[in-house]
Amino acid sequence: MMSKLHGLREPLFHVSKRDECGFVKACLIRLAAIALALCVCAVVIFFLTGLNPLEVYEAVIDGAVGSNRRLWVTIRDALALLLIAVAITPAFRMRFWNVGAEGQTLAGGLATAAVMIYFGDRVPSALLMAMMLAAALLAGMLWGVIPAIFKAQWNTNETLFTLMMNYIATQLVAFCIVFWENPSGSNSVGIINQQTRAGWLGELFGLTYGWNLVIVVAVTAFVYFYLRDSKQGYEIAYVGQSVNTARYAGISVRRVIIRTMSISGALCGLAGFILVSGAGHTISTGIAGGRGFTAIVVAWLSKLNTFTMMLVSFLLVFLEKGAIQIASQFSLNENASDMITGILLFFVLGCEFFIQYKVEFRRGRKAVRE
Amino acid sequence: MKHIPAIELKHLTKRFGKIVANEDISLSIREGEILAILGENGSGKTTLMNMISGIYYPDEGEILVHGEPVSIRSPRDAYPLGIGMIHQHFKLVDVLTAAENIVLGLPGRQRLDMAAVATKINQLTHRYGFELDPFKKVYEMSVSEKQTVEIVKMLYRGAKILILDEPTAVLTPQETHRLFDVLRNMRADGNAIVIITHKLNEVLELSDRVAVLRKGRYIGSVDTASASIASLTEMMVGKRVELNIVRSEPKQLKRRLAVKDVSCVNPEGVITLNHVSFTLDGGEILGIAGVAGSGQRELLETIAGLTKAESGEIDYFPPNHEPQELTKLSAVEINRLGVRLSFVPEDRLGMGLVGPMDMVDNMMIRSYKRGGHFWVDRKAPRSLAEKIIRDLEVVTPGVGTPVGKLSGGNVQKVLVGREIASNPIVLMVAYPVRGLDIHSSHTIYRLLDEQKRNGVAVLCVGEDLDVLLALCDRILVMCDGRVTGIVDARTATKEQIGMLMMRTEGSGKP
Repeated sequence: MMSKLHGLREPLFHVSKRDECGFVKACLIRLAAIALALCVCAVVIFFLTGLNPLEVYEAVIDGAVGSNRRLWVTIRDALALLLIAVAITPAFRMRFWNVGAEGQTLAGGLATAAVMIYFGDRVPSALLMAMMLAAALLAGMLWGVIPAIFKAQWNTNETLFTLMMNYIATQLVAFCIVFWENPSGSNSVGIINQQTRAGWLGELFGLTYGWNLVIVVAVTAFVYFYLRDSKQGYEIAYVGQSVNTARYAGISVRRVIIRTMSISGALCGLAGFILVSGAGHTISTGIAGGRGFTAIVVAWLSKLNTFTMMLVSFLLVFLEKGAIQIASQFSLNENASDMITGILLFFVLGCEFFIQYKVEFRRGRKAVRE
Repeated sequence: MKHIPAIELKHLTKRFGKIVANEDISLSIREGEILAILGENGSGKTTLMNMISGIYYPDEGEILVHGEPVSIRSPRDAYPLGIGMIHQHFKLVDVLTAAENIVLGLPGRQRLDMAAVATKINQLTHRYGFELDPFKKVYEMSVSEKQTVEIVKMLYRGAKILILDEPTAVLTPQETHRLFDVLRNMRADGNAIVIITHKLNEVLELSDRVAVLRKGRYIGSVDTASASIASLTEMMVGKRVELNIVRSEPKQLKRRLAVKDVSCVNPEGVITLNHVSFTLDGGEILGIAGVAGSGQRELLETIAGLTKAESGEIDYFPPNHEPQELTKLSAVEINRLGVRLSFVPEDRLGMGLVGPMDMVDNMMIRSYKRGGHFWVDRKAPRSLAEKIIRDLEVVTPGVGTPVGKLSGGNVQKVLVGREIASNPIVLMVAYPVRGLDIHSSHTIYRLLDEQKRNGVAVLCVGEDLDVLLALCDRILVMCDGRVTGIVDARTATKEQIGMLMMRTEGSGKP
């Protein structure tokens, strides 16, 4: 037994919890992580493709923000992603695993398109806008609240339920496209109200996507304060942390679940409205484009802080646009750029560990001997 | 060899951020002795033991096992050194049997010979006087059986140095007795045993030597034979402490609560409350005694509206108002009616408080709905939190610290402080001093008596009969969901209550 003991040396390093990590220090650690990630990416790019990494990085930037138009497309897509991420945040704060943002967004988009198609030329534009908005909010809310009611009443599994609702929404859109086909035989709806532009979100401050920007930023700020400082937000936090405590405190857990999912679903519906009225002006099964799932990544990467989500969603869309550019410019397939995104995320997420903990090496310790 | 201690700690220091949990601790643990480690909540007992068992790594200092300096980087390193720790919260896989849990993670051949494992387990249990069926599944076990599995798991791995963190906190008096017999057998076999506990009478009964920690520092150790409750408390707290429980005379009794013939069935269909009746007056403390699981929790939760009663009636008599029936009301409705009922539940961090939230947000739980605004007001709860920190001497870095990071005694002070601050008419507390050191316990007793003097009707579920007899005015005894008697705490004896706690069906007809 004694011989075994000699084998036990002091470890080379050990990890211990940090004091409060200062804001500046945390930022420096994150910047260092990004720099390191770019270095690793450079090495990988060089050895795999033989290209000059700097040129590739330049192409990424060019693809994402290289021209005014590209910049605004990046911003437009980032805003849509951000809005969906913000929309699902109340549900996640409640630990309600809403993976149905895709379907809720589609439902909102579908309702918007329906109003545009059927009422586009018949009612004044202000009324039309209000009707589209109301329809989108209601449709998204309906798609969100159905799983919530089942969860509250019969404790069904919300992950499966919301996921299944996505398929229903997709099929519903596919069904409607058959009715609204334009031109017939194209199997698509085409640009709705292309001549009259009825129901299109117009320019604001001379910016094509001005309305998108204002609406999304306003919602982002509202949800932030709603969750932090409102009584309802407080109830959401309680239900999320401990259902037992919420019950003990006299909070009606059912009501909170249903109310929160209504809000979450309605905001997803709003995202559908923006995607149809403020961006694509058409409806297809692909308008949400997987954003309902990417938004989950955005929300958790930001630790459910809606302001951080602005940065994260912009970063993700930036990389996505850049990836498309390098794919065409260097005739690489998009997997190459996925790798860059992956390496970057790995370092950015990994550096959180060094913000929480510090590593001490053996040499640095005081030896105590008698 | 006798003079070489089993474990020797030299100048151990461990810090968590700015907090120094252990500072320069030198201590030895001898073979064939039971060493009790004493200290108030948050004095660093568990941290120290976690360093020995490899969960934490010391920042400074060294550990010697049988005279050899060692480096224990993880529990995996601790096993070959013969060190085993039994934690307060068991770490077992529910769906596996005792034997499977015991061999889990051990190296071995591809084929597991469960019969051989069971034989070895039976040898161990026989040798030390345990009772354990190796093939029983963990989810079918009582708390005490699970603890036995944990201990046997360590012995099976060859532990000769056994560390137990508050092993009796979850046991009934009988189970505690049995555990102590086993530990004495192990000591006779030459093992070193370390036990962390708050219960001073158990320390005096079981241990050979007592080591005392205070605020992360090692104060000293004494032979148990020369120690008394008063001397140990003085070492722990650092000053003489008044250990008499104050019981003021009840005056101006007014009916506040009447429970009539209440019965309850849990979701599994087991009767948890069986025609329970009693009354509770403002200005008295009614104690509830009984073996754990006799229906105490269900009784309080039924009154609070968290569990529905099958039958019976619960009436609440507010001052200057008509009586209200609470029987069919849920906690939400009771809250809305403005019934001033405070409840300190048994499960502090799972029900009474939210661990990851800070003190301010935990204070709001009772009051956040006040005022018609959409936004919450954090000013009042913040000053309440600050007041509780001041009045009850809560040790915390600040009101912004998550309450889950505080030590057990401080968590309880926060909870009791909040419940009392809402000016209750009826105050229900369940196991108010469980896991608390003697100093904090007496703070809580004082608070309860103060409430009673202010005319509050106090209902107190307890486990220590000596305390209930000293603190309460009347004691209601429960057994198997039934009330087996209500006695006057000033004249009743422990034996009398013990008899009522054990009264079985048939003999117990009132």
